[in-house]
Amino acid sequence: MGNLIIIAIDAMLISNIVLMRFLGICPYVGVSKRQGTALGMGFAVIFVMTFATVISFLIQRLILDKFGLQYLQTIVFILVIASLVQMVEIMMKKVAPALFHALGIYLPLITTNCAILGVAFLTIQKDYSFVQGLVFSITAGIGYMIAIFIFAGIREKFDFADIPKPFQDASIALITAGLLSMAFFGFAGIVKL
Amino acid sequence: MAENKFIVRAAPFLKQREDVKTIMWTVLIALLPATLWALYLYRFRALSVILFTLLFTQLFEIIFLRIRGNKNIIESAFDGSALVTALLLALNLPSGSPWWMCAIGGFVAMLFGKHVYGGLGNNPFNPALVARVFLLLSFPTIMNTWTVGLNPDIITGATPLGLMKTEGLQAIQNLDLWRLFIGLPVESIGGGSIGEISELAILAGGLLLIARGIIKPLIPIIYILTVFIFTGIMYFVNPAAYANPIFHMVTGGLFLGAFFMATDFVTTPLTMKGKFIFALGCGIITSLIRLFGSYPEGVSFSILIMNALTPTIDKFTKTKKFGG
Repeated sequence: MGNLIIIAIDAMLISNIVLMRFLGICPYVGVSKRQGTALGMGFAVIFVMTFATVISFLIQRLILDKFGLQYLQTIVFILVIASLVQMVEIMMKKVAPALFHALGIYLPLITTNCAILGVAFLTIQKDYSFVQGLVFSITAGIGYMIAIFIFAGIREKFDFADIPKPFQDASIALITAGLLSMAFFGFAGIVKL
Repeated sequence: MAENKFIVRAAPFLKQREDVKTIMWTVLIALLPATLWALYLYRFRALSVILFTLLFTQLFEIIFLRIRGNKNIIESAFDGSALVTALLLALNLPSGSPWWMCAIGGFVAMLFGKHVYGGLGNNPFNPALVARVFLLLSFPTIMNTWTVGLNPDIITGATPLGLMKTEGLQAIQNLDLWRLFIGLPVESIGGGSIGEISELAILAGGLLLIARGIIKPLIPIIYILTVFIFTGIMYFVNPAAYANPIFHMVTGGLFLGAFFMATDFVTTPLTMKGKFIFALGCGIITSLIRLFGSYPEGVSFSILIMNALTPTIDKFTKTKKFGG
């Protein structure tokens, strides 16, 4: 249990998927102009991340490890995650239209995102058990949501700022993300894995 | 004929001259005690840091204002805001920092801290802290070399917080907390950043700011109190493993951060409720980093993180319109 809490805090704050591992930067910059959309994106990431990690974990342990096919890991994970999320989307449209509309455009956007694939890989790389992997993927997603929600709050204020032309939009977003990531360095070592 | 004493005028009925310039110069005066104490302790090694940082930061302010096409450069560049940023940055550097580090600090503070966001009033992060954390992450060796004050020979030593982190609690058990509060040098203990050594001098400046109505006492009080209570609970639970809460108050940059950097108007929440949450968050993060983190000191990190949260806090603590 203690181990799971440490994994959770580490994934949310200390090794934050965006601010410390620099994964998933494109949706981080792309859909962070409003806090509402950022929150939607955050939920979609949590959902897809958990789902993808669980499936890829099972595939790794039950198929790839068993038959010595670890060298196929990358291509298998990409294909499986992408097709599974598309299938889930089609099913969700029929079964749970409310959830489908809530996640909306974000679901296909992050299907093949590096953050999703990264967390699936990290779970295998760190040799987590199934439960540890589950906690890790959920909290990594929550970490993503925290980061994008805070970030969207800062960006909303840019509407009223006289930002010099070369720095508008993506470049000021990347600079701000850099400064935010500098601030998050302070959390280093609060829990030790 | 009776003299007409009712003078009818249109609003605003301003009695006090209070603009950016007045406020910035008051802040500079409030920083004077800490600055003078730094000069007394470190003489030339503090003077060079302060002068170079002021010079380069002001220079970059003028350059960036010019590049941005400011029409009124003289008025904008010399409103004192760059000097306040520069002095705060200088007071957050170790004595004897090389001139090029002061220049890089001034550059980062003015460019990434302020002008890319559209200048004074638009920056989400405190420029001085952006520069300080940038330097700390880029040049960790220089930024962690502390010298003993009032000593003609340059003797380096870890700060009390650093000692606690590396050597454990027994290394700091016998320190005279009163001496640390006043800021008198202690044998073989590095003072810290030049401006944070004397809590007394910072307190004097902070009280001036409060008396002049520039800052409200809420943030400093809640910030320092949160650190006191957090570390106090840990001390109460296990005095063998955690330091006395008073020790946490009189060491490091807590006072300097709480009075001068967590109270910046631009980067802190607007409402009282928001300020309370802001200060509480700063206190909790500072204590977490000091007690459990890899860095010995967490004041600058915690204020930067809470700066980032400020727009969100503002959104959730919006006051209700009357009748709304």
